[in-house]
Amino acid sequence: MAKAMYPTPMLDQLESGPWPSFVTGLKRLAQDKDYVVDLLGQLEHSYRTRKGYWKGGTVGVFGYGGGVIPRFTEAKDERNQPLFPAAAEFHTLRVMPPAGMHYDTAVLRKMADIWEQHGSGLIAFHGQSGDIMFQGATTENVQPAFDAINELGFDLGGAGPAVRTSMSCVGAARCEQSCYDEGSAHRAVVNSFLDDIHRPSLPYKFKFKFSGCPNDCMNSIQRADMAVIGTWRDNIRTDEALARRWFAKHGMNELVNDVVARCPTKAIQLKEVRELRAGGTVSAVAVSDSHGLAIENSDCVRCMHCINVMTGALAPGADKGATILVGGKRTLKIGDLMGTVVVPFMKLASDEDRARLVELGQQIIDFFAENALEHERTGEMIERIGLVNFLDALGIEVDPNMVAAPRTNPYVRMDGWDEEVAKIAARKAAAA
Amino acid sequence: MSQPQMRRAIESGVPDNKPFLHPLLAKNYGHWKYHDRPRPGVLHHVAHSGDEVWTVRAGTQRQMDVHTIRRLCDIADTYAEGHVRFTIRSNIEFMVSAAAKVAPLISALEDGGFPVGGTGNSVAMIAHTQGWLHCDIPGTDASGAVKALMDELIDEFRSEQMPNRVHLSTSCCEINCGGQADIAIIVQHTKPPKINHDLVANVCERPAVVARCPVAAIRPALVNGKPSLEVDEKKCICCGACYPPCPPMQINDPEHSKLAIWVGGKNSNARAKPTFMKMVAAGLPNHPPRWPEVAAVVKTILHAYKQDARPWERMSDWIDRIGWPRFFERTDLPFTRYLIDDWRGARANLNASTHIRF
Ligand code: HEM
Ligand code: SF4
Ligand code: SF4
Ligand code: SF4
Ligand code: SF4
Repeated sequence: MAKAMYPTPMLDQLESGPWPSFVTGLKRLAQDKDYVVDLLGQLEHSYRTRKGYWKGGTVGVFGYGGGVIPRFTEAKDERNQPLFPAAAEFHTLRVMPPAGMHYDTAVLRKMADIWEQHGSGLIAFHGQSGDIMFQGATTENVQPAFDAINELGFDLGGAGPAVRTSMSCVGAARCEQSCYDEGSAHRAVVNSFLDDIHRPSLPYKFKFKFSGCPNDCMNSIQRADMAVIGTWRDNIRTDEALARRWFAKHGMNELVNDVVARCPTKAIQLKEVRELRAGGTVSAVAVSDSHGLAIENSDCVRCMHCINVMTGALAPGADKGATILVGGKRTLKIGDLMGTVVVPFMKLASDEDRARLVELGQQIIDFFAENALEHERTGEMIERIGLVNFLDALGIEVDPNMVAAPRTNPYVRMDGWDEEVAKIAARKAAAA
Repeated sequence: MSQPQMRRAIESGVPDNKPFLHPLLAKNYGHWKYHDRPRPGVLHHVAHSGDEVWTVRAGTQRQMDVHTIRRLCDIADTYAEGHVRFTIRSNIEFMVSAAAKVAPLISALEDGGFPVGGTGNSVAMIAHTQGWLHCDIPGTDASGAVKALMDELIDEFRSEQMPNRVHLSTSCCEINCGGQADIAIIVQHTKPPKINHDLVANVCERPAVVARCPVAAIRPALVNGKPSLEVDEKKCICCGACYPPCPPMQINDPEHSKLAIWVGGKNSNARAKPTFMKMVAAGLPNHPPRWPEVAAVVKTILHAYKQDARPWERMSDWIDRIGWPRFFERTDLPFTRYLIDDWRGARANLNASTHIRF
């Protein structure tokens, strides 16, 4: 039995209602732990005063420079004594999850036991960067908690100016849209940068994220410095049995309004079955005895919409790989930036392919480490120096897939134009 | 005296997920053919091999106590097959190999207080952040705001009646760890930081703090004979970027840290290219424990979207079709001068055409 609870009239109001309540969970922990009694006390104090009461500091584990988020209370009385002394230290361990966030109950139970013994008993599955967040340990307990988690086969993630914990979608494990083995790519890449995760020394954070297709379930384009998003080069695949089944259920109006009309590049046409012909760059599939769809794949931008609506009837092609985009980030400091295309397509089928992905990541991180200003993300750096200078450093040729449109202003020095034209002509001649 | 022997970390990195995969997921890895949804909260995946797997998705509080985790494990061991995964939005998924196992699993989850849903065109669980519970810079709470809002939206979580999926996020400072969403709730500070000049010299690396400010409003100054920092309050846009590197520049204020609502962020490439969200409401009070004013605006927007959007239109697609004037009309939100962008690149957000809907 722990000590008596503080009154928590505001938090109590978060126990009613149908959604699972974290307050109820904390109160259950508080039955056994003074630590959580005081945590609830401080949280109620925050609710009452509408202010936060944690400050950072330095706490870590032996051999690592990051991965622990230190928290010390600032809720103090006139004599500078903590108002909630048992919870005066409440540090978080950021722990990297398995790719796709799969677990069995045995490992979850062990995690629960470890955190009941060494920590508060509060775990978040997962933080927005993807970490399992073991929240609430005293300074003294951080090391033994980490030792136990580490012995279980798990390792700390990133914090500060470091390569951060990554995420990959469920993908190949259970999704028909998957265009590469997200889990293997995720592990191959992130486990090549463990030093940059555990010993923060970059200008700022650097995030990788892995989505198996352009649906981008990991939200990588808006949040990752390097987004690896699955795609394909050949024709959309079709399955007539599933297409007919879809049509029988949904009918012509939905086929026209929700599929054909919503294709962003008008690549899909409705056809009479007798005019329907697959071949070359055209995918075709009958949906009934009278009608079918024809998709001009050279116009398709691989947006996924038709495939999402008619899953199985339409499917990504067989020549799969990924598009690499660089520079996504949230607001600070120049405003939001999307990642933009740096490699339109690369295969990711073999270990050699994945080694090339790791190499690209290494080049980008090396360049970032040397050229970014302090506290500058890759997107901001590229905006400052221009994409072409960034590509030059990586040894990547420009490609019209990298732009939404060519430049709309004349303000540029053109000294090298003729050489560039000659280079492209020579390349064309060599390829011919 | 000899030092105590410190244990060396095993730098094992990201663990292999293969040992944790449900056997059918491991067997059919990379060979799935299609899926359908027999009912909200349930996915049915069919592999090229003919194998089938049913997934039941349930909401959690994300910030879970070990007893809740063990209860979920008990359900997974009794009614499912011992394997679970979590989605990016902190839902838990249980995989089973037979359709007959789905209904008892759903009952066990619902009886245990875990709502089943969040699939397809539902309102998904809210992506959220740390808040007062654990961050060092929050203007508001995260878990509490999410609990309060999900209590109100649970019917939309349990059903699939939206035109397309709806992703929500909350963020307790303008850094926005919660990320882009169809509807996002984000702290918006409205007053410049209050500086505790006694502490700045000791706590803050002053040049670094000066460099952090996006509008160059901070300059070094001597205050009461002590080196400190000064803010040009006319220039300051109250973004709070100076606060994390310099906690004596207190940006959070119980009264003046408000909440803003943003709409139309979309990360998927489906149909239109990915979009950023746009601010459509602000000045909402930071009102724990249930933030009713925020919930009211979110529900109004959701209601208008549900009524008016066509099938497969995400929030951003819908607004593209009906236009911003009608968005503000339908939601009865005031379009004020503050919603006209004046940050860099702002002209791209102006209407450079005669495209006007009357
Ligand atoms: C004192 C400062 C900060 C704290 C305590 C903090 C805390 C956090 C936490 C707890 C997460 C979730 C982490 C996880 O999944 O393990 C997170 C994610 C995130 N943080 Fe911070 N953060 C801080 C500063 C910043 C700054 C300065 C920025 C941006 C300029 C930022 C941007 C983000 C973003 C965008 C995410 C979402 C990550 C993703 O989707 O990958 N944070 N932060
Ligand atoms: S990103 Fe694509 S492959 Fe990955 S889970 Fe989402 S839909 Fe499936
Ligand atoms: S995937 Fe291609 S064909 Fe299908 S809707 Fe998108 S652009 Fe059109
Ligand atoms: S949004 Fe801001 S306050 Fe909230 S957890 Fe992220 S950094 Fe902290
Ligand atoms: S709040 Fe933002 S704009 Fe104001 S001084 Fe701080 S960094 Fe500059």
